[in-house]
Amino acid sequence: MELLSGGDLLVRSLEAEGVEQIFGYPGGSVLHIYDALYRHKTIEHFLVRHEQAAAHMADGYARVTGEVGVVLATSGPGATNTITGIATAYMDSIPMVILSGQVPGHLVGEDAFQETDMLGVSRPVVKHSFAVKSADEIPEVIKKAFYIANTGRKGPVLIDLPKNVTNPADLFEYKQPGKVVMRSYNPVSRGHSGQIKKAVDEILKAKRPIIYSGGGVVQGDSSELLVKLVEKLGCPITSTLMGLGAYPCGGDQFVGMLGMHGTYEANMAMHHSDVILAVGARFDDRVTNNTAKFCPDATIIHIDIDPASISKTISADIPIVGSVHQVLTDMLVQLEKVKDGIDDEALKSWWGRVKEWQVKDCLKYSVADGEKMKPQQVVETLCKVTNGDAIVTSDVGQHQMFAAQYYKFKRPRQWINSGGLGTMGFGLPSAMGAQVAYPNETVVCVTGEGSIQMNIQELSTCLQYRLPIKIININNQSLGMVKQWQDMQYDKRHSHSYMESLPDFVKLVEAYGHVGMRVDHFSDLEAAMEECFALKDRLVFMDIYVDPNEHVYPMSIAGGAMKDMILSKTERT
Amino acid sequence: MRRIISILMENEPGALSRIVGLFSQRGYNIDTLTVAPTDDETLSRLTLTTSGDERKIEQITKQLNKLIEVAKLVDLSEGAHVERELMLVKLKATGAQRAEIKRTVDIFRGQIIDVTPALYTVQLVGDSSKLDAFVDSVGEASVLEVVRSGVSGIGRGDKMLAL
Ligand SMILES: Cc1ncc(C[n+]2csc(CCOP(=O)(O)OP(=O)(O)O)c2C)c(N)n1
Ligand SMILES: [Mg+2]
Repeated sequence: MELLSGGDLLVRSLEAEGVEQIFGYPGGSVLHIYDALYRHKTIEHFLVRHEQAAAHMADGYARVTGEVGVVLATSGPGATNTITGIATAYMDSIPMVILSGQVPGHLVGEDAFQETDMLGVSRPVVKHSFAVKSADEIPEVIKKAFYIANTGRKGPVLIDLPKNVTNPADLFEYKQPGKVVMRSYNPVSRGHSGQIKKAVDEILKAKRPIIYSGGGVVQGDSSELLVKLVEKLGCPITSTLMGLGAYPCGGDQFVGMLGMHGTYEANMAMHHSDVILAVGARFDDRVTNNTAKFCPDATIIHIDIDPASISKTISADIPIVGSVHQVLTDMLVQLEKVKDGIDDEALKSWWGRVKEWQVKDCLKYSVADGEKMKPQQVVETLCKVTNGDAIVTSDVGQHQMFAAQYYKFKRPRQWINSGGLGTMGFGLPSAMGAQVAYPNETVVCVTGEGSIQMNIQELSTCLQYRLPIKIININNQSLGMVKQWQDMQYDKRHSHSYMESLPDFVKLVEAYGHVGMRVDHFSDLEAAMEECFALKDRLVFMDIYVDPNEHVYPMSIAGGAMKDMILSKTERT
Repeated sequence: MRRIISILMENEPGALSRIVGLFSQRGYNIDTLTVAPTDDETLSRLTLTTSGDERKIEQITKQLNKLIEVAKLVDLSEGAHVERELMLVKLKATGAQRAEIKRTVDIFRGQIIDVTPALYTVQLVGDSSKLDAFVDSVGEASVLEVVRSGVSGIGRGDKMLAL
C-alpha cells in the first residue's frame, strides 16, 4: 500500500482532475505543498509577482479553455491578495479552485502569524468553500471542489488548508474518490419541456423578435447551437459584453452589443421588440438601464442555468431553468417540427426598421486633420493586423469598451474581460493565463495606462515563462472612463482622473527584458503593429498615445429606457 | 409580509454562517432564527422569519437554495402550518401583583418555572403573537428580562420537509 503525505495527496488529487498548470506564490503555510510540487514535477507551476495576478491568470486560463483554473496562495496576505481575483471570477461565473494555505490547526483562532479567516473573508465571493481538517479528506474535497466549480452556474471554490494537514510526516493511503454524489447539490440541466414548447410558440408568434445572448452561451459551450437558432429564426441577435464572439460579430444578423455602450440599433431593437429570447444573460443593470422602462412591449423568455437569475431584475414571462446547451438543443428539435411557423412578412418589416437604425452608423467617429490619434483607430487597426483572430483580453475603462465595439470577434472564448466586477488590473494576468493555455495563439491585452499599472509587475513573470503577449496600451494619459463621466456629469471637474508623472513605458518594459514601442501618429500605427506582431516570440508593449478627450458612444442616458442614448458629444436620441 | 422559511441543510461547520451571510450580503432581514440538528445527525433544521414582498421572498428562497449545503427548503407561510416559539420571562411579582401575574400566566397557559419572593420566571409557548400579547398583558413595567427562542414551524397534515 502506497502511503502519501497531505501535500502529495493534494498533488495526486489535482493530477486526477487533469490539472497540468497552476498559478501561485509560496509562503510558510504552503511550503509542504510546494515541496510536493517540486518532487512530483507533473504539474507546472507559474510563479506570479502578486497573488492577485495568480487568480486572474487562473481565471484567464479558465475563460479560454473552459477548464477549472487553479490558484495556490499562502495564508494571510497571500490569500487575501487573491480576493479581487476571486471576486472577479465569481461575478463572471468562472470555474476556479483556490488552494489557500492556513496556519496549523492548533493555532487557528489565536491571531497567529499570517492567520486570516479566509473562509470568512471569501464567503461572499465564492460559490462554495471547504475547510480541510485532516489529510485523508483531501482527495474527496478536491474532487468535490472541481465538480462544484465547473457544474451548474460555474464559479470559484476555495479550499482552506491548514499547514498541519500537509505535514510530510503524516502519511495516508490515497483512495481515488468515486463519482461525486451530493444530496444537497444537484444542478439542473434539462429545461422543462412544457416551458420550451411555450417559448417556441411565442417566438413563432412574434412580429419583432430579438435574441439577447450572454456569457452563459460562452460558458456553456453552446455557440454552435446559438448560431443554428439564429439562422433558423432569421431574427436580429444582440450580445452582452460577456457574450461577444458566441455569435460572430461579422455575422449578418448581428446588430452589435447592447446596453450602456451598446449600439444604437441593438438598444433600439430591444426596446421595440415584442419577444425577447434571453439566452444565458442576466438582465444586469448595465444592460437594462431603468428596469421600470425596460422594453415595454416585449414578452420575455429567459433561459438560464441559475434560477436566481430569472426574474431577479426583470420578470420573465416564460422562465426556462436549464443549461443553455440542453435547452437550445431541445428548442431546435421543437423548431424542426414546425414547418413554416415564422411570419416572414412581419420579420421582413422588422428587419426594415432595424436596418434604418443601422443606417445611423452609431460607431462612426471623426478624426479632424491634425487631431490626435483616436482610440477607435487603434482597435480597428489591431483587428485588421490580427485578422480578427487574436485572443483579446482587456482591462477596464474606455479602452475596454472600444475593444468590445470595434474588434470583430469571430468565436467564443476569444474575448476575455472582467464584465461583472470591472476589475482594472485584470488584462495582463488574464492574457498570461490565456497564453499559457494556448502557447501558439496570438494573445493581445488591450489596456490603458491606468489599468496596466495595477499589475505591471507581471511583466517579470512574462519574462520568466517567455509569454509573448502583445500589450496594446491605449494611452490617453487619463483615467478616461472616469474623466468621461466627469465631463458629462460633473461639469468637467476632473477630480483625480488624470495622471501626471506617467512612466516611460518603453524604458520600463525594456527594463523587464521585453520590447517596447511608442507610437504617436496614426500614420505610423499599422506598420508599427505589423512589426509588433511579427515578433512572434517576444512580449511587445505598444505604448500608443491617443486623444485624451475622446468619449465612448453610444452611452445610455441614466434612468432612461434602452432607447435613450447619447450618441455623440452633440447628439441624443 | 412576514414569512417563515424552514430549511433542511447539511449539519456542517460554516453552513450557518453562509446562510446568515447571504442575508446581510443581499440586504435581506432576519427577524428570528433557530437551528438544531434533526433526528438525522447529518442534517440540521433551520427556521427563520423574514419579511418582504412576493418578489423579494422569491429571490431569498432561490438564493438560499443555491447554497451548496441547503438540501431543501419550504416557505411554511405559503400553506397550513403550525408555528411555535418559546419565551422565558422574568417578572416583578410582589404584593397584589403576584396573584394577578399568576392569573395571567394561567390564562396564557404558561408555567412558572422559578420563584423568588420578589420574582416569577415564566415559561410560555405559542405563536409569536401570543407571546407578544402576554408581555402586553402583564405590562412592560413588570417585565425584567425576556428570552425568546425564535420561531420553529412545521407543516400541517402530511406535508413534510424531508429528504
Ligand atoms: C480596481 C479598480 N479601481 C477603480 C476602478 C474605476 N475605474 C473604472 S475605469 C477607470 C479608469 C481606467 O483608466 P485606464 O486604464 O487608463 O483606461 P481608460 O478609461 O483611460 O481607457 C477607473 C478608475 C475600477 N474599475 N477598478
Ligand atoms: Mg487611460
